Amino acid sequence: MKGIVENFDLYAPKLVDKEEYFSSGHRACQGCGEALAIRLMCKALGKDTVMTNATGCMEVISTLYPTTAWKLPWVHVAFPNSAAVGAGVSSALKVLRRKGKIADRDVKTVSIGGDGGSVDIGFQAISGAMERGHDMIYICFDNEAYMNTGIQRSGGTPYGASTTTAPAGAASVGNKTWKKNMPAIMVAHNVPYVATACHSYPFDFMNKVKKAKKVKGPAYIHCLAVCPTGWRSSSDTCIKLGRLAVETGIFPLYEVENGKYNMTIDMPKKLRPVDDYLKLQGRFRHLSPDERKTFQGLATLEYNKILNNVKCSKSWTDLKG
Amino acid sequence: MSKRIGMEIALAVAEAAALCRPDVIAAYPITPNTHIPEHLAEIVAEGHLDCEYLPVESEHSALSACTGASAAGARVYTATSSQGLLYMYEIMPIVPAMRLPVIMALGNRAISGPINIWNDHSDVMCVRDLGWISMFAANGQEAVDMTIQAFKIGEHHDVMLPVLVNLDGFQLTHVVESMLMPDQEEVDKFLPPRKPYGAVHPDNIVSMGTLALPEIYTEARMAMNEALINSKKTILEVWKEWEKMFGRKYEPISSYKTEGADVVMLTMGSMGETGSIAVDQLRQEGFRAGMLNLKLFRPFPADELRAAVKGAKVLIVTDRAIMCGGDVAPVCAEVKSALYDEPVRPAIVNEIIGLGGRDVRVEDFIKIFKKAATADKVKPERSFEIYGVRTS
Repeated sequence: MKGIVENFDLYAPKLVDKEEYFSSGHRACQGCGEALAIRLMCKALGKDTVMTNATGCMEVISTLYPTTAWKLPWVHVAFPNSAAVGAGVSSALKVLRRKGKIADRDVKTVSIGGDGGSVDIGFQAISGAMERGHDMIYICFDNEAYMNTGIQRSGGTPYGASTTTAPAGAASVGNKTWKKNMPAIMVAHNVPYVATACHSYPFDFMNKVKKAKKVKGPAYIHCLAVCPTGWRSSSDTCIKLGRLAVETGIFPLYEVENGKYNMTIDMPKKLRPVDDYLKLQGRFRHLSPDERKTFQGLATLEYNKILNNVKCSKSWTDLKG
Repeated sequence: MSKRIGMEIALAVAEAAALCRPDVIAAYPITPNTHIPEHLAEIVAEGHLDCEYLPVESEHSALSACTGASAAGARVYTATSSQGLLYMYEIMPIVPAMRLPVIMALGNRAISGPINIWNDHSDVMCVRDLGWISMFAANGQEAVDMTIQAFKIGEHHDVMLPVLVNLDGFQLTHVVESMLMPDQEEVDKFLPPRKPYGAVHPDNIVSMGTLALPEIYTEARMAMNEALINSKKTILEVWKEWEKMFGRKYEPISSYKTEGADVVMLTMGSMGETGSIAVDQLRQEGFRAGMLNLKLFRPFPADELRAAVKGAKVLIVTDRAIMCGGDVAPVCAEVKSALYDEPVRPAIVNEIIGLGGRDVRVEDFIKIFKKAATADKVKPERSFEIYGVRTS
């Protein structure tokens, strides 16, 4: 059965692993998109996994000594080094297996971190780990600000969001720049598998995790994770907001295999206006009609860049010449 | 059988580390330790050592990768100096708290600024209180021996702590010395493969590095500190075993001509050997000088120190770093603290010497000895002196 699923490269609800590797009872906020995404990620990874976790919400809510929500081996060291710790774990598993000191089977190292721990302070470590080509997956759970420390602006924060270190005010729109394009940076590292994902599209996400797991080498997934606390949104809109982020084109779901971009979710010909997404979140409530237009312009531009990549990019296998 | 070699000490340390069969090495280049990881890379590239060698993008990642690899049960090794160590600083206290053995050669170098690549101990003093075992080599032979000993000590289940092997930058790292290099068979006999107490693997599901609330943080810190204090027992056992196997004796503090000495000097690292020449010359003049060399800095051997200075009228504590804003320099602070409760104790003179590679010659040591001779009768003006400061 497993083989058939792999052939069709899709997940069906009935075939999702029943095991909970990220158990309930952890201390995440109501409607936390990241906790949901991690639960799904674990199911797609299965038991032969070692996790490394950057400091952040997920470490805090899941491993309050002497409890742990993890039924996968898990290690946390510090904030900026999840990828470097993962590089060490991956290297150790490789050499210990080669020397016959551990069981002779594939075990994947998966490093995770938030947007702050990935695109800002952990950036160098990810860059190094991906460039060196370790057999590991890095998954960034992007909730678009430093939520664990109290909603401070990060390189993943979108234009116009009001955060505690880029607050909206009479003289400020809030955050002034668009999100750092981390997936593109990872593609530029020659990472053979790069994808975006969101917990509101669980099968798309799990398929991508499974694909990433199959790569012998580095893989990177950038997963949008809705944070009701930081986004000032109602906790029951978590799934809806993830869907709206995609349907408005703000966070398109795609994958980049050997440099070739592909959309993985059918996008409507006419995208929903970004207002549908903005109006549900307190972090954008201050935006004037003009600022909303600016937001729409930036979102459209970034979306079109991705469409252009889908249209023009070629697989590295085709470019070999 | 051990072989007599003449080799640059950094290269010899790399060869000694290779004999320990590390599984993972992660390092980032910084002068003056660089020849150690470079030579290890060469040994791996030539196929002489089965090891994953990670030329990482920073020292922060070097120590992070070593921590991850150690958590997965590997035997790990790294090396750094000065700013590199400071770049690791964030991770330094976490490694002992997680009770993960990581062995690190520290080619001691002055910290910036001003930027300076030469030797003193200001780098290691920044990390002295973080939970690492810290030992100082006085020469190449000790650097080689301590490298091998460090694995056995750090990985011992009564210890499970990271170990710093300090060797003075340039003065040791770049000097060619005659040394006895153990062979593979000897090292294999002395140092069996690492048996991790616990390791992250699907066959052993653990969470490592979890969050501690105020209810448990104190206990966690205390447990780590007790482990470090208790590690002295294992260190002494390992050193005994080493002596039995290789005939070279190691003690927390080694003494040279301290019997009947009025003025005793305490050094750490390579300067003790130069100082010993000064002691010989002074003894010939009838000046009763003696020399102590502190080899184990953490855990601090307070008992051994109290015994070693018995009978001395004056104790000169040399420091290779300034404890900025402090009453004395770092080693002296330890020494004074250890001796405070002694009913009879020597007068203590604190001399800060050899900062940023400033040469300290035999005649300088003689001057320091002679100047300190009356310290038990006339108290020095200041609690410390920076020796040889140029005023014009």
